[in-house]
Amino acid sequence: MQRHWMGRHLLMSLIAGLLGLTTGRPVWAASYRVGIVLDKGGKDDKSFNAAAFKGAQEAEKKLGVQTKVLEGRDDNSSEPMLRSLAEKKFDLIFAIGFSQAEAVKKVAAQFPDRHFVLVDSTVTSPNVASVIFEEHEASYLIGALAALTSKTGKVGFVGGMDIPLIRRFQMGYEAGVKGVKPQTKVLVNYAGVTGESWNNPPKGKELALTQYNQGVDVIFSAAGATNMGVFDAAEEQKKLAIGCDSNQNWIKPGFVLSSLLKRVDVAVFKIIEDGQKGIFHSGIIKYGLSDQGVDFAVDQNNEKLLSPEILKKLASLKADIIAGKIKVPDYYVVAKAK
Amino acid sequence: MLEYLLDLAAATLRLSTPLIFAAMGGLISERSGVINIALEGKMVVGAFAAAVVTLSTGSPWVGLIGGGLAGVLLAALYGVAVLPLKANQIVAGTGINMLAFGIPPFVAKILYDVTGSTPAISLAERFSVAPMVLAVFLPLVIWSFLSHTRGGLWLQFAGEHPSALAAAGVNVRRIRWASVLTAGFLAGVGGATLSIFLSSAYSRNMTSGRGFIALAALILGKWRPLPVLFACLFFGLADAVQMRLQGIQMDGFGKVPVQFIQILPYMITIVVLAGFVGRSRAPRALGNS
Repeated sequence: MQRHWMGRHLLMSLIAGLLGLTTGRPVWAASYRVGIVLDKGGKDDKSFNAAAFKGAQEAEKKLGVQTKVLEGRDDNSSEPMLRSLAEKKFDLIFAIGFSQAEAVKKVAAQFPDRHFVLVDSTVTSPNVASVIFEEHEASYLIGALAALTSKTGKVGFVGGMDIPLIRRFQMGYEAGVKGVKPQTKVLVNYAGVTGESWNNPPKGKELALTQYNQGVDVIFSAAGATNMGVFDAAEEQKKLAIGCDSNQNWIKPGFVLSSLLKRVDVAVFKIIEDGQKGIFHSGIIKYGLSDQGVDFAVDQNNEKLLSPEILKKLASLKADIIAGKIKVPDYYVVAKAK
Repeated sequence: MLEYLLDLAAATLRLSTPLIFAAMGGLISERSGVINIALEGKMVVGAFAAAVVTLSTGSPWVGLIGGGLAGVLLAALYGVAVLPLKANQIVAGTGINMLAFGIPPFVAKILYDVTGSTPAISLAERFSVAPMVLAVFLPLVIWSFLSHTRGGLWLQFAGEHPSALAAAGVNVRRIRWASVLTAGFLAGVGGATLSIFLSSAYSRNMTSGRGFIALAALILGKWRPLPVLFACLFFGLADAVQMRLQGIQMDGFGKVPVQFIQILPYMITIVVLAGFVGRSRAPRALGNS
């Protein structure tokens, strides 16, 4: 009996090995399964969720892991999706977006033998890793970029849903603006207070038009798919906008000054890579300017818009933030202190 | 100051445009006696179809009609459920809304291999003002149709006294069918204005509840074309004003919290509905078919 089993096992691994040779990737590693639940924006938001999706795709291609990506229609659908992934014994389960924190808390407690990764919020549990990005640091640079580029002395900020996370962008941005040009005015608008605020390009466009008409010439928009409307307005008014999360420079070349990069793709890839090797750290994982977890995008679509002097100034500000010479106000800390 | 007011007026018109089309669709349907809570769903498919058609033909006008026709298809499905099959109109309408949200991702996957949004439409292929003008004239056309033509009279009777209309030898069901399909067209066009006029692509769930706001405007305007137009403009104005008020200092209050400003249009609706417009009476035979 034992020998028979051994024989079959041997045969199977032989076949697997041969398959591995033909496809150029180790088949036995494909058994590592990763489930990803995106939030309401969906994988085609060209922004935050798109970045997570990109990381998952890269992991599938380069590491040969098996991934399954789900997207919820509303905030209530993430809990059953997380649970079903846990029940199907996925090795690593990602929850992308702050709105899934409660669901992760619940499901992680029910499946203590599964590993969960929450992005953009924190849950304390031995089987949950919480990934946090230091958005305020990069927002400071974006603010400086906006203020240095603006000719009118007025810059804008369009937020998606009014939540602490986006306030963190706003606070960093305002600090950056005032840091390089204290007399610059900052106009702030939010698309709304519900999850729909991430998916409302007509509203984004209207908010941007309002700001442009008041003399703003650069707008930083952190509003998920609503950003598309801000870019439309920039194109129509021949003004500038700055994207967020993913590199959005390509969407309207010539009108997107730069994008705040939040490398969710890098984080997702890194955690899958570690997980495949059997490494999983629970607790808070921070990505900041120093490890390129957040940054601003320079590519062929926007290099003509950025002067060497501005790039030089931004590089020195970046070094100062990393070195701790500039302390960027963090909304999470400030709000807690209140 | 004048510049500011002109800017405000333009924003109001832009924001009202999708609402006006959808609310006029709802008006035609409900005045003939068929409840129409599926405006939102028809707007979603209209927005999607308009983007797809504009992308493939390069003409926003063809896109606008394509959006309307998509609304008609969905309305036909609703019509079959509620007219010959006599399904409960609220339940059927809710079902249509749910179905509608599933269609764009499904078709987009086949056409563009994405599930969220369509590719972007270039500036030259988008509308700049035309839908706004249409939206303002549409209620006038509907008003003169309802009050000055035989067809309009029949439509009103279908909603108030269908038995009287039947006794006069007119086919009530045929009139309701025509109304339901027209409503589908108008709501579809309303959705189309979102994707090819107010932005540059269809994106996931981009209607953001505008179909229901149109429904509120319909009730606020007491199912009459011109008051409904003004109700839509009022909603648009409230939205435009709140965008400009966000973060502005008011004496004694400090900064106005964005949450408060955001609820303003809804709060005003409730206040107005409760006291100032008198009783808002629905067509008598609404929902009985």
